[in-house]
Amino acid sequence: MKAGIVSYGGYVPRYRILPKEIGAVWGVDGEAMGKGLNIRAKSVPGPDEDVITMSVEAARAALKKAPHLDPKDIGAIYVGSESHPYAVKPSATIVAEAIEAAPIMTAADYEFACKAGTAAMQSTMGLTLSDMYRYGLAIGADTSQGAPGDALEYSASAGAAAFVIGKDHLIASIDQTISYTTDTPDFWRREGQAYPSHGGRFTGEPAYFKHVVSCANLLFKRAGTRPEDYDFAVFHQPNGKFPVRVGKMLGFTDKQMDTGLLVREIGNTYSGAIMVGLCAILDIAKPGNRIFAVGYGSGAGSDGFDITVTGGLEEIDRKAGRTMRSMVEDVKFLDYATYAKYRRKIRMREG
Amino acid sequence: MAIPRFWREIPSRYNLVGSKCGNCGTLDFPPRLVCPRCGRRSMGKMERRKLAGRGTVVSYTIIHDAPKDFDMMKPYVLAIVEMEEGLRMTSQVIDVELGDIKIGMPVEVAFRKLGEEGEAGVIHYGYKFRPAR
Ligand SMILES: [Zn+2]
Repeated sequence: MKAGIVSYGGYVPRYRILPKEIGAVWGVDGEAMGKGLNIRAKSVPGPDEDVITMSVEAARAALKKAPHLDPKDIGAIYVGSESHPYAVKPSATIVAEAIEAAPIMTAADYEFACKAGTAAMQSTMGLTLSDMYRYGLAIGADTSQGAPGDALEYSASAGAAAFVIGKDHLIASIDQTISYTTDTPDFWRREGQAYPSHGGRFTGEPAYFKHVVSCANLLFKRAGTRPEDYDFAVFHQPNGKFPVRVGKMLGFTDKQMDTGLLVREIGNTYSGAIMVGLCAILDIAKPGNRIFAVGYGSGAGSDGFDITVTGGLEEIDRKAGRTMRSMVEDVKFLDYATYAKYRRKIRMREG
Repeated sequence: MAIPRFWREIPSRYNLVGSKCGNCGTLDFPPRLVCPRCGRRSMGKMERRKLAGRGTVVSYTIIHDAPKDFDMMKPYVLAIVEMEEGLRMTSQVIDVELGDIKIGMPVEVAFRKLGEEGEAGVIHYGYKFRPAR
């Protein structure tokens, strides 16, 4: 018996800011910065949006596609994020109430930099396979911020994705999953700090590339597959360059990677990144398609998934609600001042 | 707003749960304990009824002088929305340009932050509307 995806939903806010606009404020050639990162724009949450609202939107989108799904059959909700609105008070409790899955269920928030959402997918897989409950809801969502003027400011964006995981009514089976984890201090944020710190160039080779490549090779071995066996490949996308380079290193083509590479249009959605990419793939996939997915979270670790789309994908209503493509294309550009106001980078008077 | 009051209103604020009178069938949102038409005859007959979350803008205004929780968003659209079920609600319409809002525009429910009790306080969430897509 396999576990897999029962439904999926993604959410991207409609506000965007261009690298050029950010660079102009800090005396940097933002356009060149954007080209270097392979990011054309990044998404920005509205002033009334946060990880909880985006998680609810993504979870509701997943439920809307699969009307056969009774939220009361969801026995666990885990929300993975590094930007939970509360330090203490789980985002998952509010999501549970907002999709009417509460109260007979378990909930918790996860944190593992950019891979907290895939960690939630793995937990819900294990718990549904052990029959602790019928379905689990795994969410990855972030409204991450880079320090003003820092390189991260050009990529840190906002987005969310939700996957209902179970054993019946699968739209895609997760045939294999494997992780690779080490203690690597490439990126961190201490309690109480508004912005994260990172190890600059150290974030590349010993961090992202080592973990993604190691995890991908373990996944190939366990699945007994090669790159050409897959229709789609998606990797964590902190920028538009790393996933393309790692994909090429592993033997994937641009064509396999194109659909899931949303980072070019919306930036790095952190815990949401690989999951919104997966949503974009499921929006257009056909039964029988195979998907290779390897996420990455600083700190550091990778979660890999070998996924096969089933006939069930045609049983759900993929047209209910908005597609990832339509959300990516529905944009309103902000100037830096409005962006700074929305992201609360402007200090206001108390009260 | 006091935490207990907001907490009690979670089902209606998150999920548009209203009430239906078992005597005359009238829908109310926010939910009522007693039907204003039937009074005592509705006692014990009031049911929970969740609205589908789809409606149409029947009137709107642009808010330039906003209350504190909405100050970041001004100017913004406040609309009276007639729900599919026939009753009317007043709420902010988000994700719409001020020039694009129109009477007759179909809208759908969205989940957003409604406000917070300062930087250290509780955050309130609930419904707003956005153009239906
Ligand atoms: Zn009545």
